[in-house]
Amino acid sequence: MKKIIRLLIGEPKKLFTPFNLISGLIVLVGLVLIGIRLAKGLGAVTNLSQTTPWGLWIGFDVMSGVALAAGGYTLATTVHIFGLKKYEPLVRPAILTGFLGYVFVVLGLILDLGRPWRMPFIMIFPRGVTSVLFEVGMCVAAYLTVQLLEFVPAFWEWLQWDGLRKFWGKLVIWLSILAVVLSTLHQSSLGSLFLLAPTKLFPLWYSPYLPLFFFVSSIAAGLSMVIVESSISHRLFSYRLSPSSHFDLDDLTLGLAKGAAVVLYVYFFLKLIGVAEQGSWKLLLTPYGYLFLAEVLGFVALPCVLYTIGVRSRNVKLVRFTGAWTVIGIIFNRLNISIIAFNWQLHPHYYPSWMEITVSVTLVTMGIWLFRWLVNRLPVLSQEKPQVGTNTFKEFMAESV
Amino acid sequence: MEDKSNPAITVSKKEGKEELHKSSSAGSATHPGTFNSGRRNFLKLFSAGGAVAMMSSSPARAAQAVKPTKKDEAMGVLVDTTLCVGCRQCEEACNDANKLPKPKRSFDDDSVLDTHRDTSPREWTVVNRYTLKSGAQITRKQQCMNCVEPACSSACIIRALEKQPDGAVTWREDLCLGCRYCMVACPFDMPKFEYSKQVPRIRKCQFCFTRQEKGEQPACVEACPVQALKFGRRGDLVEEARKRIQANPKGYVDHIYGEHEVGGTSWLYLASVPHEQLNLPKMSDRDYPQLTSGAESTVPAVLLIWPALLAGFHFFTHDKDETNEHGSHQQDSQEGKR
Repeated sequence: MKKIIRLLIGEPKKLFTPFNLISGLIVLVGLVLIGIRLAKGLGAVTNLSQTTPWGLWIGFDVMSGVALAAGGYTLATTVHIFGLKKYEPLVRPAILTGFLGYVFVVLGLILDLGRPWRMPFIMIFPRGVTSVLFEVGMCVAAYLTVQLLEFVPAFWEWLQWDGLRKFWGKLVIWLSILAVVLSTLHQSSLGSLFLLAPTKLFPLWYSPYLPLFFFVSSIAAGLSMVIVESSISHRLFSYRLSPSSHFDLDDLTLGLAKGAAVVLYVYFFLKLIGVAEQGSWKLLLTPYGYLFLAEVLGFVALPCVLYTIGVRSRNVKLVRFTGAWTVIGIIFNRLNISIIAFNWQLHPHYYPSWMEITVSVTLVTMGIWLFRWLVNRLPVLSQEKPQVGTNTFKEFMAESV
Repeated sequence: MEDKSNPAITVSKKEGKEELHKSSSAGSATHPGTFNSGRRNFLKLFSAGGAVAMMSSSPARAAQAVKPTKKDEAMGVLVDTTLCVGCRQCEEACNDANKLPKPKRSFDDDSVLDTHRDTSPREWTVVNRYTLKSGAQITRKQQCMNCVEPACSSACIIRALEKQPDGAVTWREDLCLGCRYCMVACPFDMPKFEYSKQVPRIRKCQFCFTRQEKGEQPACVEACPVQALKFGRRGDLVEEARKRIQANPKGYVDHIYGEHEVGGTSWLYLASVPHEQLNLPKMSDRDYPQLTSGAESTVPAVLLIWPALLAGFHFFTHDKDETNEHGSHQQDSQEGKR
C-alpha cells in the first residue's frame, strides 16, 4: 500500500513545496472555472462575442500550443531520419513535451468547442473532407496517437518488457516519418485556417503563404523549445541523470541553435516576400505596422542574429536566452494572427477575461505537473539508473525507503 | 469538373440521410467490396486534387464539394432599399416563422431604429436606419446573404452548414461541433452562436427553406407591405434589378450588391447611394472556397511525396547493419500499404 502511494505521489512530506502550493491554488481556481464553463456555456467565463468567435483558448492553447509542441517531430526527424545520433538523449524528453503539449491542446479545444461530444463524428461521418479544419482535426488526432506510440518504449523499459521494446525499435523510423507528414500537414493548415478571413486579418499578416509561414516557424519553435526545455529539465532534474551517461548538453544546444538560426533566416525572408507579394509596405507605418515590425524585427530577425553570435562565440547562455526569446516570439506571432490583428477594424476589440487566462494557465500547469510526474518515474532523461529514484518497476520495488 | 466525376462528394439535401448510411457502412468495412470501393473513391478524390494542383492555370475547385444547382436557377431575394419604409414587419414575420423568442420591445416600437443592431441568435433579420451626410435616411434589412459559394460551408469541419439546391444555406443541429470556424470565415459575420447555453446552436437566417419546400415564399418577403422584397429565381432578379436601374438611373447607383460579391449571394441589394454607406462593405468577387482550395490541394502531394522522400533518404544514407533499427519485413509491410 505504501509502495502504491509512493508510486503515485512520491514522498508525501515533500509534497508541500512553494511551487506546488501556488500552482495547486491556480489549478483549483481553474477547475472551478472549467466547471462553470461546462455548466453555463462559454459566455459565462469568456469575452467571446458574435464577431470574435475565437479567443485566447484558440489563439494560445491551440495555435501556440501546437507550434511549441513541434520539438517532438523536429528532433525525431533529426535523429531517426537524418541520423544525427548525438541528439538522441534529447529525443525522448522532446517527444514527451510534444505529446503532453498536444494532450492539453486537445483539452483546451474541448473546452472551447460548443458541442465537444460531437467530435468523434468527424471520423465516423467524414463529411467536411475539403474543410481545412477537417485536415487539422484528423492530423492532430492521428499525430497524438503517433506521439503516444513514440513515447511508449519508455513504459516498456520501465516494465522491462525487452521483447516489446526491441520490436518498437523497428517501428521508430516509420513513426518518425508519419510524424513529419502529419506535422507538415496540420502545422501548415493552422495557418491555412486564416486564408478564409481576408477582410478580417490585417493585410500585413494575411498572405497566401500563411500555411508556409506556420510550417517553417513551427520548426524554429520546435528547436527553440527543445533548447529551453532541455536546459530547464537538466537543471531541475539533474538527479534523474545517471552519473555515467554524461553527454555534453552545451554542445547539443549549440548544434540546435545553428539549425534554428538557419530556419529563422529562411522564415524572415519568407515574411518579407509575404509583405512584398501583398504590396503592403506602406502599411508598415501604421500602428498595426509597428506591431508587425516589432514581431518580425524583434522576434525573428533579432533571434537570428543572437543565435548566430551565440553559436560563433560558443556562448550557451546567450543561445538559451535566444531560445526563450524565440518561443515568446512564436507565441506573439500566433496571438497576432488569431487575436490581436484579427478583427483589427472592430471596436471595442476582444481581450481575454481573467477567467480565460486562468484556465489557460491551469492547462499549462497541469502539463508541467504531468511532465514532472512522468520524468520522475520513467526513463525519460536517461535510460540508465539515475542518481536519485529508479527507472524501472523492478528497481522501484526493490528500493527500501 | 471533379464534382461530376465523383458523385460521392456531392451531397444534396434529400440524399443527406442515405449519404450518412453509406459512409458508415464503408467505415466499418465488414464487406470487402464496400471497403474497396471506399478506398477507390478515396484515391480518386486525392488524384483529382493532385491533378488540380498541377493545373495551376485553372482555378482549383477542390474545396467546394457541394455544387449548388446553377447559380441563377436557385432562388433569391431582391431587396430594393429605395422602397423600404423601415416598418420591421419582416422582422416580426421572421420571428413568428422561426419561432424565435419575442423581443422586449414590440415590433411597432420605432425607437428601436435609433440604435444600430446586428442580427443575433434570437433575431435572424434586423432593419437598420442609416442617416446620410445629406440628412436623408435609408432603412435596410439585414440577414444571412445565403451565398452562392458559402464560406461557412466550405469552412465547416462536418458540413453542418450546407448549400441547398434551392439556394438556402442551412445548418444541421445533429452534426455541428460548435467550433465557430463558420463565424470566422463568414465575411458578413452572419452565423451567430448561443454563448449563454450549455448546448449551444449556430443560429442564422436559413432562407425559410422549409417554407420554400412547401412552395411558399420566405416569411419576410410575404410580410413586406411595400414590395421592397422580391422573391424569385436569382437570374430573373438580376435582370429585374437591371431594368429598375435602367428605368430610373438617377434613383439608383449602378450596382447590384451581391451579384458578384464573394462569388455572388442569393440576396441582392439595390440602393440609391453607394452600398458602403448602408454598411454593405466592398468585397472581392472571388468566392471564399477558392481561398483555401489551393492549400488543400497540396495535401495529397505531401502525403505521397514526403514519406517516399524521407524513407528514401533514410535508407539511402544508412547502412542496415549499422543502425539495426529496421527489419526488412517492416519495409515490405509499408510497401504493401501504399
